[in-house]
Amino acid sequence: MKRVQFGHSPVPYLFVAPQIIIIAIFFLWPAAQAIHQSFLLEDAFGMSSQFVWFRNFEDVLSNPAWLRSAWFTVIFSALVAVLSIAISLFLAVRADEVIRGAKAYKTLLMWGYAVAPPVAGLLGIMMFNPLMGDLYLFINRIGINFNHIQNANDATFVVVLIAVWKQVSVNFIFFLSGLQGIPKSVTEAATLDCKSAERRFWTITFPLLAPTTFFLMVINLTYAFFETFGIIDVSTKGAPGGATATLVYKVYVDGFLGADMGGSSAQSVLLMIMVSILTVFQFRFIERKVHY
Amino acid sequence: MYQSKWRSLTNHIILILGSIFMIMPVWIAFASSTHTREFLFQHGLQVLPGGHFFENYGKILFDAEATKGRVTALQMLFNSMVLGLGFAIGKVIISMMAAYAIVYFRFRFAVPLFWVIFSTLLLPLEVRIVPSYEVVSNLGLLNTYTGLILPLIASATGTFFFRQFFRSVPDELLEAARLDGAGPLRFFIDILVPLSVTMIAAIFIIMFVVGWNQYLWPLLMTTDDQLYTIVIGIKQVYNSLYEGGQIPQFPKAFALTIMASIPPVLVVVIFQRMFIRGLVETEK
Repeated sequence: MKRVQFGHSPVPYLFVAPQIIIIAIFFLWPAAQAIHQSFLLEDAFGMSSQFVWFRNFEDVLSNPAWLRSAWFTVIFSALVAVLSIAISLFLAVRADEVIRGAKAYKTLLMWGYAVAPPVAGLLGIMMFNPLMGDLYLFINRIGINFNHIQNANDATFVVVLIAVWKQVSVNFIFFLSGLQGIPKSVTEAATLDCKSAERRFWTITFPLLAPTTFFLMVINLTYAFFETFGIIDVSTKGAPGGATATLVYKVYVDGFLGADMGGSSAQSVLLMIMVSILTVFQFRFIERKVHY
Repeated sequence: MYQSKWRSLTNHIILILGSIFMIMPVWIAFASSTHTREFLFQHGLQVLPGGHFFENYGKILFDAEATKGRVTALQMLFNSMVLGLGFAIGKVIISMMAAYAIVYFRFRFAVPLFWVIFSTLLLPLEVRIVPSYEVVSNLGLLNTYTGLILPLIASATGTFFFRQFFRSVPDELLEAARLDGAGPLRFFIDILVPLSVTMIAAIFIIMFVVGWNQYLWPLLMTTDDQLYTIVIGIKQVYNSLYEGGQIPQFPKAFALTIMASIPPVLVVVIFQRMFIRGLVETEK
């Protein structure tokens, strides 16, 4: 850490205490309980419970609804991450090039960060409201039979669109600051050597942005896993028939609305394992600082 | 830099289209929120504002009946403000203190405590909502501001941010301060905190927005209408849109949406530079 440090005293304990106490009460305890509960089976009235080893996990992993939700989460996360990264990279490259109005464009493209996911969800689903939603009416008018209330693919399209819309601004901010970190001498030398802007992008800019892109990939996957809860809860609510329920949404539905504690806890633990892998992956990468 | 006219033109076209893509939904929501529900029902969503701005917004802000609960939008805005500020202040104080201890002291449990703090990054609140809810309920903290804010603070993003920053502070400062006889508390309050002002501001802005936009936790925690935040209020109004066989209350839902978005968007736009700096630095 630091070369120079304070010696032994009670001060550091007092300073970490607030954080550790809050973590212990509101993090460690609930997390331990989730793990504990995932091994228990409660009776129908919640009066008694028995230890059932991995039965809850077996139930979850063999449950077609969970597998469907897991599959949807994978597809959804991949689509959201790839699309929002591609769109914002495209916009950031252009925004980095313009001279006139650069500040205005930047502001116009970044404010979306401040919009709450459920707000985005509500705005989106209103656009697709069968009674009056302009997008719904437009898509049907150009001859596509679009019905997100009954068709799973159409519903997926709606939630992906909303989730991408919400995430473009964050990625845009990171890409733009990444682009501005590229030394001017590099871009100027590249411009002298190569007139095609597109080739310059793929051979110079994109490789230089690789660390940012990789990092954003992780951020976006975490976003698609967790923060899209608000979007889904306000837009499709997992409809039709659970086709757009992410794993987090399913934990909520089963645990809170369905009161299946053991099953919901087992789902939580499985999710914890998945996120842990993602986070460790991210940290290994950041510690190594893949820079050129 | 060399740039063809064509490239420059397409740049502007693409950026304008991108901006429209971002702004259109919010603009339509705003324009539609200024019409009567009958008008919207007959003519669909609107692109041009109507003449019922004050009527619609006034009703929602001050008349509890209008939001379908027993709470006015003004109260919900206040609750969101408490959550946003409480979350941001709590997080800044707690994580600065913890980061100070970790960076500037050699103490016995430093390494295990660091890992405990680190572990919170692995498990977002979303995966442990059910047991978290039980814990808060056992502590009798349901429907309180404390129960709303404290569990959200139990994550280490801020601590890592300050840890990173403190490590970049030159060691000579501490040496000089110690020569002048400053103890750990003095050094923290008189030197480190003033040095961190811009960092504090940056993280404060981000945390305020994050706190304001919380959804899942307040949704579970608050069953008392008086504690609804504006983001939760939106869902309540949306859920009751079609109730009672009346014409749906779209303008109200839109007005609430707009009101929920204005404060965080303003904060982000006004403090843009600080916000971007904070965001890019924290996530690293």
